[in-house]
Amino acid sequence: MADLALDPRMELNPPLVTGGMTYSDVTDKVSSIVEGKAPKQWWIAMAVAVPLAGLLFACLGYLVATGIGVWGNNSPVGWGWDITNFVWWIGIGHAGTLISAILFLFRQKWRTSINRAAEAMTLFAVACAAIYPLFHTGRPWRAAYWLFPLPNEFLHMWQNFRSPLMWDVFAVSTYGTVSALFWFVGLIPDLATLRDRATTPIRKTIYGLLSLGWRGSASQWRHYELAYLLLAGLSTPLVLSVHSIVSFDFATSLLPGWHTTIFPPYFVAGAVFSGFAMVVTLMTLARWIYGLDNLITMKHLENMCKVMLATGMIVGFAYGTEFFIAWYSANQYERFIFLNRAFGPYWWAYWSMIACNVIAPQFFWFRKFRTSIPAMFILSIFINIGMWFERFVIIATSLHRDFLPSSWGYFTPTWVDIGTYLGTFGLFLTLFLLFLRFLPAIAISEVKGVLHQQVSAPHGVPAHGGSH
Amino acid sequence: MTVFSKRFDTHLRLAAGAIVVLLGAGGAIAAYLLHPRQLDTGYTPVQPVPYSHKLHAGNLGMDCLYCHTTVAQSNYAAVPMTEICMNCHVRVKEKSPKLQPVRDSYASGKPIQWVKVHRLPDYVYFNHQAHVTAGVSCVSCHGRVDQMVEVRQVQPLSMAWCLDCHRNPAPHVRPPELVTKLDWQPEGDPAVLGAKLIREKGIHPPDNCSACHR
Amino acid sequence: MNELIQLNLSSLTGRKYWRSLNQLADTPEFRQWVEREFPEGASELLDSGSRRTLLKLMAAGFGLAGLTACRRPVEKILPLSKGVEGYVHGRPLHYATALETCGIAAGLIVECNDGRPTKVEGNPRHPFSLGATNAFQQATILDLYDPDRARQVQKQGVKSSWAEFESWWREQSAKLGDGAGLRILSTRSSSPSLEALKAEIAKKFPQSAWIEYEPVSFERAIEGARLAFGQPLVAHYRLEQADVIVSLDCDFLGLDTLSAQPVKQFAARRKPEDGRELNRLYSVEANFTITGAMADHRLRARSSDIAAIAMALARELNVSGAELKVLGQGGDRQQKFLSAVAKDLLAHRGKSLVVAGPRQPAEVHALAALINQALGNTGQTVVYTRPPFAVSETLASVKKLADDLNAGRVSTLVVLGGNPVFTLPAEADWNALFRKAAVAALTFDENETWKAATWQLPEAHPFETWGDVRALDGTASILQPQIQPLYGGRSALEIAALIAGREQRRGHDIVRSYWAAQWGAQAEQKWKQALYEGVIENTRFPLVDVKADAPRVLAAVQNALKPAPAGIETVFYASWHTLDGRFANNAWLHETPDPMTKLVWDNAALLSPATAKKLGVKDGDVLEIASGGKQIRCPALVLPGHADDSISLQLGFGRSACGRVGRGVGHRVEGLRTAANFWFGPAEARKTGATYKLVTTQEHHTLIEPITGLKRHNIVEEFSVEEYRHRAEHGKHEPHPATDLFPEFDYSKGYQWGMAIDLSACIGCNACMVACTAENNIPVVGKEQVAKGREMHWIRLDRYFSGDEEDPQAVVQPMACVQCEKAPCESVCPVAATAHSPEGINEMAYNRCVGTRYCLNNCPYKVRRFNFLNWNKDIPEIRKMVFNPDVTVRMRGVMEKCNYCVQRIEEKRSQAKAEGRRPIRDGEIVTACQQACPADAIVFGNINDPESRVSKLKQQARDYSVLEELNTKPRTTYLARVRNPNPELV
Repeated sequence: MADLALDPRMELNPPLVTGGMTYSDVTDKVSSIVEGKAPKQWWIAMAVAVPLAGLLFACLGYLVATGIGVWGNNSPVGWGWDITNFVWWIGIGHAGTLISAILFLFRQKWRTSINRAAEAMTLFAVACAAIYPLFHTGRPWRAAYWLFPLPNEFLHMWQNFRSPLMWDVFAVSTYGTVSALFWFVGLIPDLATLRDRATTPIRKTIYGLLSLGWRGSASQWRHYELAYLLLAGLSTPLVLSVHSIVSFDFATSLLPGWHTTIFPPYFVAGAVFSGFAMVVTLMTLARWIYGLDNLITMKHLENMCKVMLATGMIVGFAYGTEFFIAWYSANQYERFIFLNRAFGPYWWAYWSMIACNVIAPQFFWFRKFRTSIPAMFILSIFINIGMWFERFVIIATSLHRDFLPSSWGYFTPTWVDIGTYLGTFGLFLTLFLLFLRFLPAIAISEVKGVLHQQVSAPHGVPAHGGSH
Repeated sequence: MTVFSKRFDTHLRLAAGAIVVLLGAGGAIAAYLLHPRQLDTGYTPVQPVPYSHKLHAGNLGMDCLYCHTTVAQSNYAAVPMTEICMNCHVRVKEKSPKLQPVRDSYASGKPIQWVKVHRLPDYVYFNHQAHVTAGVSCVSCHGRVDQMVEVRQVQPLSMAWCLDCHRNPAPHVRPPELVTKLDWQPEGDPAVLGAKLIREKGIHPPDNCSACHR
Repeated sequence: MNELIQLNLSSLTGRKYWRSLNQLADTPEFRQWVEREFPEGASELLDSGSRRTLLKLMAAGFGLAGLTACRRPVEKILPLSKGVEGYVHGRPLHYATALETCGIAAGLIVECNDGRPTKVEGNPRHPFSLGATNAFQQATILDLYDPDRARQVQKQGVKSSWAEFESWWREQSAKLGDGAGLRILSTRSSSPSLEALKAEIAKKFPQSAWIEYEPVSFERAIEGARLAFGQPLVAHYRLEQADVIVSLDCDFLGLDTLSAQPVKQFAARRKPEDGRELNRLYSVEANFTITGAMADHRLRARSSDIAAIAMALARELNVSGAELKVLGQGGDRQQKFLSAVAKDLLAHRGKSLVVAGPRQPAEVHALAALINQALGNTGQTVVYTRPPFAVSETLASVKKLADDLNAGRVSTLVVLGGNPVFTLPAEADWNALFRKAAVAALTFDENETWKAATWQLPEAHPFETWGDVRALDGTASILQPQIQPLYGGRSALEIAALIAGREQRRGHDIVRSYWAAQWGAQAEQKWKQALYEGVIENTRFPLVDVKADAPRVLAAVQNALKPAPAGIETVFYASWHTLDGRFANNAWLHETPDPMTKLVWDNAALLSPATAKKLGVKDGDVLEIASGGKQIRCPALVLPGHADDSISLQLGFGRSACGRVGRGVGHRVEGLRTAANFWFGPAEARKTGATYKLVTTQEHHTLIEPITGLKRHNIVEEFSVEEYRHRAEHGKHEPHPATDLFPEFDYSKGYQWGMAIDLSACIGCNACMVACTAENNIPVVGKEQVAKGREMHWIRLDRYFSGDEEDPQAVVQPMACVQCEKAPCESVCPVAATAHSPEGINEMAYNRCVGTRYCLNNCPYKVRRFNFLNWNKDIPEIRKMVFNPDVTVRMRGVMEKCNYCVQRIEEKRSQAKAEGRRPIRDGEIVTACQQACPADAIVFGNINDPESRVSKLKQQARDYSVLEELNTKPRTTYLARVRNPNPELV
């Protein structure tokens, strides 16, 4: 282990793994999380998460038994927190795929120590998101049955493929499937490592089954690399497509405030923005819980802060453009809806959005904030809040003041709305904590690949596969 | 050191694959079995009075309209009132124990509780009048009732089944006066005659939602 | 027709909701149900003898045996044992009858499905309904099935029976002797048979007294005629003849006439295409009524100042040579207004009309009569007949009744209908007074009067009994029952017969014998004809030729009229929700918003913005209003255009003894209503600091946007007559062609349904809303859900104020699904649950809908309604009998909306096919809203037929599409509102 500090490349390219860790250090460190006893912090977090998840299922049960009326939705505001949360969660998911797939294709090595967790986050976020479109009909069994275009002999009729909601069904389910595959494939070598290190028969069996007979042989590595590359290639377009299609739910309508062509890029940028915010939130937590400071280094976090700054600017620019177009279109309804956002009954939502999404990220211009854990933790929380408000502003304010003043209304959430939203956090956290506890939260094999700053080897070091 | 032998792992992967395939197949089979054609046709409930359509409509050659009087005037092909049965059975078989429920009903004014055979969902508004006057025979939906001792459902009565005919009515259209002649067959292809009638009378069966759902 | 029962599952109304009723007769559960629903005579219902009745009540119930077979639930078909003449199962039957409100008849035709009355329409042959109905008549059908009706003869709350009551009465009447101790208090009735019975009773008990009382009545108008012409007369207005109409506090299009006739006549003169010059309406009123909203010029004035204004107008017109005294100085605006009105009236001698409202004292009516006479309108635009009922000084006789009761001079009080304890003037404590005599009260529901009575007798619904009644012009009609009394109730007629000691007690015999006596020889045939037509020929009263001695009358009037004190007044109005309280348990009416305030499930103290400022109150602040030592509390509601220093209160709320729907809804204002201030009078009002939640379906949003202050065009279009002429010359402006992504559908073939709604004729009377509710099984959601914006009405009436907030104009716009050819809702539905029919109707397939609500979001007209909860969950079985069997009852999670009454279209289509596949004639299909509309503002038909009425209307210059620029191509277009302002006043 040469003294990395003397390596001239270090100046340009600081190490992705610090503390002079060796291969076995990495393996030990990561595996120990799974193998050792759960730290106190983990139990505390679970104690918060599980009851919340319970709340989610209680609220959904009540909803299904009683009807959508238990939420605040009404006419004219047919969509409220349900679709707001759906878009928000889907957005969160994006960072995961972006980090693991796109950064992978761009050979961004610094992704290695965060991509696993980020992918997991994607998966769980999509799970939370999927709850809303399914349950916002109040009769999920019907939605599930009708929405999937089974060739049906009962009725001789198809779904309406013109409807963006139909596109959503495909977009989201594809996204979920591919992310799951990508994640699992990535896990296989590390599962094998755990299998091999396992001491109890149960662990051996479970990890053994999961690792699908991985041996780390050269041929396996070759197939593995190819499969991983292909999946990365598959997921990359999805990052763009999913949120573009989600944005069509609004863009294809004729409602002022929804009926706009800027939505696809605007939504994708927003998604990445919120996604990275969420990754930072979780990573700083994981770092705190498991002391992964050497694996999730300041470089990772700083990079992510930069991404947030960039996407935050894009989002801010989009807000400006919307207003400009509203004015430039000379369309009375369009102009009114945007002025109404800022100065109407929902002014508070609008200005919280601006504060969190446009003002907050500006702090990342300064290195001090980019490198301070508490600062980025707090700011990332703000950004998450801001992005939620963005979706709420788009949905509620556009609906509550539409064409005929006679039908104008207002949306107020009920306790069930709130409970359901908090509940999805519970579900998300529970899943994420279980993941931290029972699966390698950091891609061991990939991290090893960047231990020595070899620019050549695209991925991992086969020789050292899961065979310690 | 490994838990599972190489072979076991291979089998494991095969098994995983097999499970996926089986699930798919299971779904397909379930869908087939749940189809009205399997689920509903052949339904033959026991009626409170052992009335035989074969005897009345078949052997005795009574016209359907003698009992089901309202087919041409209303949505419903009314099940006959007790007094219609009694028109004959005051002197025919007036002592038969099988007819006791009929006589009771006539005496007390209580209805006979017939069991519904051909059942459509509540949100379906089928109109007998429209079909019968257009020349769609009873047999198209109810089958050869004149050969049934106990009436049973012979068609799935599913929406797909309705639409098949609405989208291609020709084979099922005949001169209206012949709708109750269940055994009637045109010489040659029924579709040819049907097409002719359809042209002449300007029959165009709707296939939009509110034709049946209101 | 009471035997009409065919028990066939698919005949069941309410569709799947009948499933909940899954017991066969003779099971214990079923017996319990019967006991619960029909305590009176349940045992009798359950013995096979009267099975018929039971079957009728329960048509549906039997259809379903809930025994689930292995493959599907077994369902039973229960045909009749014996047939009924003229009955074809599945075909509705229609019967003519009539409905009496405040002593005035409206001729109706009731639709019955399998023995269940389900829908009310107007009788075209009847001179006062002319085929149309109002909201109350439409809603009556719901009262019929009200599970909270009085349903059991009781003696002081203890279960009893008619037989026991009759035997009690025989003893009682023996004790009565000459009847000095007998009083009969009834609602006003114009029934000839009842009149005959009254005479008999008067002969039997010479010392007895019969008092008729109506909380809402026209009697002051009749008194006015007596004052002017020396005899009690009813004025009949020929509005279609009048070019200029002046209304002095008269809501003749709304609650002050309760009949379709004036609306039809008025609206006939608001359609510029008809060639006839538009009439011009001036309205002087305190409250902002729908008549005021139709007025071309409106003067806000306290009701107490109307007399002064009438005098001033008489002076302007110089009706008699003599100088008239000045009662009060109105402002310059009033001066300007009156002089302009006077000029206009004089310019239209013989073709003008001045009408005074029923709230105004007899003197004002007399003045109006004199003005009409001076203008030569008498005999032209206004004619007189004798009233259909005897008019007595009601308030005086009521006072006497109170004194007699108090002094113990009354041993027996018989109450026939109504709810006097609740509605009688507030001086006396009627609850206490009723304890001072043996009171036998025949009431429709278990109301305050029922509670205070000794003998509590259930009254039969007008659709359950035989009877007869006269229209305002004397035209008589026979009431024939549509169904046997559901709760064994009896009619006032039958009780009167008992009192008169007649042998024949059944309504049928009483009515029939009376008319048989009138008709003599061809009684039989005339009886049949009367039942068939719904009106009895040659029963209209002859016109009375009158001439008033102007100077004498004016002198009398001048002495009687006193200047009104300044300060706040309260005015009592009938309510659009409960009328006078009689509809307090009718959920349809409670949920139908007040036409002007859009308030639901409540009444409120209406006041002007200025007065509200003065009292320091805003919407929902509870006011304490005091007058004559009495006090009430009522929440304030600011109504733009209301007169200053005036507070409008609606009667009939805050019922303490009422059914589940109406109990405690709103605030009782009758407590303030003394004989002295029976309609209006001075009062003090102060803010209490308490607040109360008032729910309206529409805020006071105008077409002016907040923030930008821009007006929204393409929603409501209004022209003055000049503007209209100009536009007519340039012809209808055609929408600029727009391109579309989706391929064009060919709408050039077959029937293409469309609708035209005339904003110039629509008076916003709610009739269409209630008619639609009844026709389409539209659920009631209640105050809390309406507050959340979840009301379910398929057609709503949007009310927009324009102009100055203190003195605005208002326009009402009926808004239902406009059936866009390029429907935004259709392209976004993921499951194609809403799709277009080849005939241009935007259809909803309820059973396909999954409930994403995207269509609702994307509907620019927001006419789609979503079942956020299962609104039909807890409705009583009996209430389900009102459901229209041709329309599915929707479950929760399903979107619904107007579909042009597609069930009516399909019915006529199959009828036309059955009749040799003939084409459907124009006007053959009538939508529920169109049929109810008294103003003929709604026209439906085939727009592919250039000769159809609707196509012709759509060619008019003032035809426009709402939100045209969205290119939704709506099938429902609107005809712009045309106003006819007086150039001098603009």
